[in-house]
Amino acid sequence: MSATRASKSLLALSQQEELEDLPKEDDDDPLNTSEDEGNSDGERKHQKFLEAIVSLDGKNRRKLAERSEASLKVSEFNVSSEGSGEKLVLSDLLGPGKASSSLSSVKKQLNRVKAKKTVELPLHKEEIARIHREVAFNKTSQTLSKWDPIVVKNRQAEQLVFPLNKEPAAFAPIEHTLSGWKARTPLEQEVFNLLNKNKQPVTDPLLTPMEKASLKAMSLEEAKMRRAELQRARALQSYYEAKARREKKIKSKKYHKVLKKEKAKKTLKDFEVLQKVDPAAALEELEKIETARMMERMSLKHQNSGKWAKSKAIMAKYDLEARQAMQEQLAKNKELTQKLQATSESEEEKGNSEEEGEVLVPDVVNEIQMNGDGPNPWMLRSRPSDTRKIEVQKEPEHLPEPVANEASESEEEERPVAGEEETLLKEFEERRQLRKKSELSQDAEPANIRETKDSSSQEMLSELKSLSQKLSRADQQPRKQKVRSVGPGPQGQREEPAEEEEEPMLFQRPERVQTIEEVEELGRDESLQPMELPSHVPEGQPLERNTSDQPSTPKGKKRKEPMIDLQSLLTAKSSSVKSLAIPTAVQEDEEERAQKQMINEAFAGDDVIQEFLKEKRVAVEASKPKAVDLTLPGWGEWGGVGLKPSARKRRRFLIRAPKGPPRKDRSLPNVIINEERNIHAAAHQVQVLPYPFTHHHQYERTIQTPIGSTWNTQRAFQKLTTPKVVTKPGHIIKPIKAEDVGYRSSSRSDLSVVQRNPPKRLTSHHKEQLKKNSAH
Amino acid sequence: METAPKPGKNVPPKKNKLKTKKKPRRYWEDVATPTAAGTSPEPPPNKKRKREVRPERPKNTRIPKKSWNSKKRQVQRKSREHRNPAPQGTLSGAQDPFPGPAPIPVEAARKFRRIDKSKKFPDCKPQTQSRLEVAEAEEEVVSVKAARSELLLAEEPGFLEGEDGEDTAKIRQADIVEAVDIASAAKHFDLNLRQFGPYRLNYSRTGRHLTLGGRRGHVAALDWITKKLMCEINVMEAVRDIRFLHSEALLAVAQNRWLHIYDNQGIELHCIRRCDRITRLEFLPFHFLLATASETGFLTYLDVSVGKIVTALNARAGRLDVMTQNPYNAVIHLGHSNGTVSLWSPAMKEPLVKILCHRGGVRSVAVDSTGTYMATSGLDHQIKIFDLRGTFQPLSTRTLPQGAGHLAFSQRGLLAAGMGDVINIWAGQGKASPPSLEQPYLTHHLSGNVHGLQFCPFEDVLGVGHSGGFTSMLVPGAAEPNFDGLESNPYRSKKQRQEWEVKALLEKVPAELICLDPRALAEVDVISLEQQKKERIERLGYDPKAKVPFQPKPKQKGRSSTASLVKRKRKVMDEEHRDKVRQNLKQQQRQQQKQDKDKPTGARPSALDRFVR
Repeated sequence: MSATRASKSLLALSQQEELEDLPKEDDDDPLNTSEDEGNSDGERKHQKFLEAIVSLDGKNRRKLAERSEASLKVSEFNVSSEGSGEKLVLSDLLGPGKASSSLSSVKKQLNRVKAKKTVELPLHKEEIARIHREVAFNKTSQTLSKWDPIVVKNRQAEQLVFPLNKEPAAFAPIEHTLSGWKARTPLEQEVFNLLNKNKQPVTDPLLTPMEKASLKAMSLEEAKMRRAELQRARALQSYYEAKARREKKIKSKKYHKVLKKEKAKKTLKDFEVLQKVDPAAALEELEKIETARMMERMSLKHQNSGKWAKSKAIMAKYDLEARQAMQEQLAKNKELTQKLQATSESEEEKGNSEEEGEVLVPDVVNEIQMNGDGPNPWMLRSRPSDTRKIEVQKEPEHLPEPVANEASESEEEERPVAGEEETLLKEFEERRQLRKKSELSQDAEPANIRETKDSSSQEMLSELKSLSQKLSRADQQPRKQKVRSVGPGPQGQREEPAEEEEEPMLFQRPERVQTIEEVEELGRDESLQPMELPSHVPEGQPLERNTSDQPSTPKGKKRKEPMIDLQSLLTAKSSSVKSLAIPTAVQEDEEERAQKQMINEAFAGDDVIQEFLKEKRVAVEASKPKAVDLTLPGWGEWGGVGLKPSARKRRRFLIRAPKGPPRKDRSLPNVIINEERNIHAAAHQVQVLPYPFTHHHQYERTIQTPIGSTWNTQRAFQKLTTPKVVTKPGHIIKPIKAEDVGYRSSSRSDLSVVQRNPPKRLTSHHKEQLKKNSAH
Repeated sequence: METAPKPGKNVPPKKNKLKTKKKPRRYWEDVATPTAAGTSPEPPPNKKRKREVRPERPKNTRIPKKSWNSKKRQVQRKSREHRNPAPQGTLSGAQDPFPGPAPIPVEAARKFRRIDKSKKFPDCKPQTQSRLEVAEAEEEVVSVKAARSELLLAEEPGFLEGEDGEDTAKIRQADIVEAVDIASAAKHFDLNLRQFGPYRLNYSRTGRHLTLGGRRGHVAALDWITKKLMCEINVMEAVRDIRFLHSEALLAVAQNRWLHIYDNQGIELHCIRRCDRITRLEFLPFHFLLATASETGFLTYLDVSVGKIVTALNARAGRLDVMTQNPYNAVIHLGHSNGTVSLWSPAMKEPLVKILCHRGGVRSVAVDSTGTYMATSGLDHQIKIFDLRGTFQPLSTRTLPQGAGHLAFSQRGLLAAGMGDVINIWAGQGKASPPSLEQPYLTHHLSGNVHGLQFCPFEDVLGVGHSGGFTSMLVPGAAEPNFDGLESNPYRSKKQRQEWEVKALLEKVPAELICLDPRALAEVDVISLEQQKKERIERLGYDPKAKVPFQPKPKQKGRSSTASLVKRKRKVMDEEHRDKVRQNLKQQQRQQQKQDKDKPTGARPSALDRFVR
């Protein structure tokens, strides 16, 4: 080992010596060459040889500095100027002496190392896995989302046919098949000749030459030009539109005001010019303006009835500006609605009427004047009579008035913001309604009674005759009595049976119009039902029980669906048939017998009606949901025989059943409809709502069309009952592929690749993170 | 389960059909009443009464006009129907002037519509919307197809028309028989059977076969068109009623004590002792149920396909001897002595509806084929027509000199009433209207008192059983001219009948499905739906479909302070509240509008009314 090392060092030494020698020799060289030029060639060769030898050793290969002075005339006495033809430029001196130091790269590395901070910890394994998963999920869902439309389509498809790869229906169009066909037989030739003569297409049968020519009529350049033109026009249009839109959006009121004024000025100017230039046209223009004015008069514009006006009306109380705006509006309205010719007259009238109004009913008019700034002359004129009417009505309508007032008051309390105008309007509305109501009630009553009279007068039966007499008596009775009978509270209830005999027909007429107040006072409406027929009802106990048991139903409903009078229904006189062929058995004393029988049946019939009504009552009672009484007698208080639990307890533990839906036969006196549910049929009904439906009505609509062949034509039946999925027997049904639906096949491979090694492509963020992790 | 004959698929043309009074009119013109005299545009023929048998071809005067009409209509439609603008080039380049299938007028298709499109579901999910759209489109296609196949209903109903001002009721059977063709004339005949006393009768569903049951035990079944007697026996017992079962091969006879079933050879197949003292029989063909009304007051349903009694209902109204069925919904109508008519279904122990019709007892009840009208006659000599569509109110009333003991509706809505020995027939205006009782359409005198009455299906014939035997009288326009060849084919062979029998048995409707409104079966059972929902909520402890109360999401940078959370919550709550209020207001407005609409406007409002204060 030591020996080898020694030898190596020796070798190195010798080499070094050689190296050291070399420059020396070089230094001498020029001298030598100057001394003897003849040897110079040989020396150089020798030197090269040496070099070659040295270079044989690979380790210490070094590029030797080579002298390359071109001048041959090197002398020690003078500097040769040969080869220095170029001048030295100053800029050459400015550059760094050394091109670049070899240390710069090292420096850079050093800097980089210095700049690095402390190294981050690598992420957890789980974290990395999670990131991978996330990325993979995103990628996968992206790839999969392209299937969504197909899935939706397949779900909604009426029918799916498997297997999916179907042969493309390659039907060559008939023209193609015919193109290769030639006329052969004489008949064919003749036909084709004819066709040719008329220039009918033969080989390409769709277009005649004329049509083709017309198709080609427009040249390419023309088309291009036209297209360009159109494009320009469209662009212009869009610019203008955009501009208009922008201008329209400007909210500045001032801007609009200025704009409006400008416009008005412009039109005025135009009009003046037009007047000078073309008076006829100007007249026309004037007419136009006039018609516009008329139109406005007719329309509801500027009537303070619009949305804006209403909002302003609310604000007018507090906002001066709003009030002004409203007034402006009203003034405009006035201006528009004024008749042009008779301005002065109407003004006079207005003044008069105002005075009148003040004299007659000052308060009302004052009120109105306070509120409305621009009163309509029509309204003013009609107001006095109106108020008078109201005063007249006030006596009979004593009850409704305060109620209505109360209502309005309460409303006001709720919405204190409501403007005066609104309240005024409301008042008017109320008054109008009240008047209508009273008129109606006044009108309707006599009419009703007349009706009943008519029907009853037709009645042949003695019983009903008496009834009609009673009725006529009732007719004469003042209205007050009726109100009394309708009566206050439980006292009236006791009196009822007695009264009923007095005026039964009144009770049979529930459609008689009554004021709401009367009805509300009623509380119990049983007396109004036609069930309480006068004649054979056992008085006292049973009737009372009935009336008290039946809870009061809302009156309004009753009035809406007038109960048809059962009695009249059954006894309605029907015109008898004069038959051509009268049964032989009856022919002799037809009339007499009929009369007799009629009377008999009439008397028998009453019983029938009573029975039926009783039955109906029982049915109604039975169908009502029962209240559950959970009181335990003796619980928490004294118990025993004859002791009843306290009323408070009973109230507390009585679970009232919810009121069932109204009976279907409530307005049909001659019908009892069984409200019981048919559970056997219900078992066959659909009991669940399938998925996309949220309400049963929606679902019912889809199953309304019967699909059986009994109700449909054969084709319709087949269409309605096509199977949802059709499979070809004996074929393998492969899963759907991208090619099947028109995608390129890559999508599938993509998907599979992603699934195999998911985190292949990462987002930049993740990439950075991963790089960081992997760096350490 | 509607039993109305379907429009399509009646195939074979009917040769022997009675066409008494046929003019070259089409059924869509049937608005013109047959009784309207003097409305005919043709000059009156020299015959006294114009009672032409329908000629082989329609008269020339009408044809060109009609064809012109139809063509014009088509042209008009074409422009509208130009949905497929791609002209189908033919080989020669010529285009079809009427491309695509022939258009169907909207009215024709509307008849077959079942979905009421006026009701909208504006706020439903897109999936639901698409499902609804699919259903509606389907229905439209189906209805158009049905309307298109109406073309196949080639036959037209007959009618009777008097000369100007002449009452059709004055036209006697002899006149009609004289005017019609021989085949139709042969359908008018009398059977003089005085010996075995008043007869009940029944036609089979195809209208081909007739069975007669005399009070004194005479039972006969015959193919009445060919007059071929199938069997004739005497059961040696009083016969109260007689009825064919699902086919003409079986007939049920209500005898004095029990119910017997015979085949068409007269062989007794069954004696059903659980049904005793039967007075009336009804057969429900789609349910294979024989409904029997007994003297003891029981209404019994017998399933003839399995031979079991489905239910026996106690009507609790004494002796039952008035019964009929509603062909639309298979509900049985019973008339009672207290003037009520009760409607029964085997699924319910109580009557579905009870209607007080007459002051005296009810003598007879009949329901028309669409199930819309019910005619009743009572001891008070009145005859009434009731509306069965929910209201059960009388539409028209008439007092007769003698009350009608028997009533029958024809397929096209003619009402026949038997009063003593007289038959009166009333016709309505148009097809779906109740018979107007003003003027009888036809009258006929019989040789005995009426005991049974039935219109023959698919033939313009009314069969009357009376004390003097049986009379088959011609009533032009009584029956449906087109029959469904697959459902009730009068010309079917034995094989066809057997196949039909199997099919009908397979399609048998369960008895419990009989209810007042058969369409209700296509509705969701809301009560059990609610019940299930409630149960589910109870089971889960919460309502999975309830709207979750708004929970604000936590936000960062100090914006998630409690106050701001509360504020956000409040905001949402207020918005919801506002929505509610808005909806309420809308509803109120709607109600107000409704009320305003309902308010009767006495006189027409004048323009000056606005100034009246």
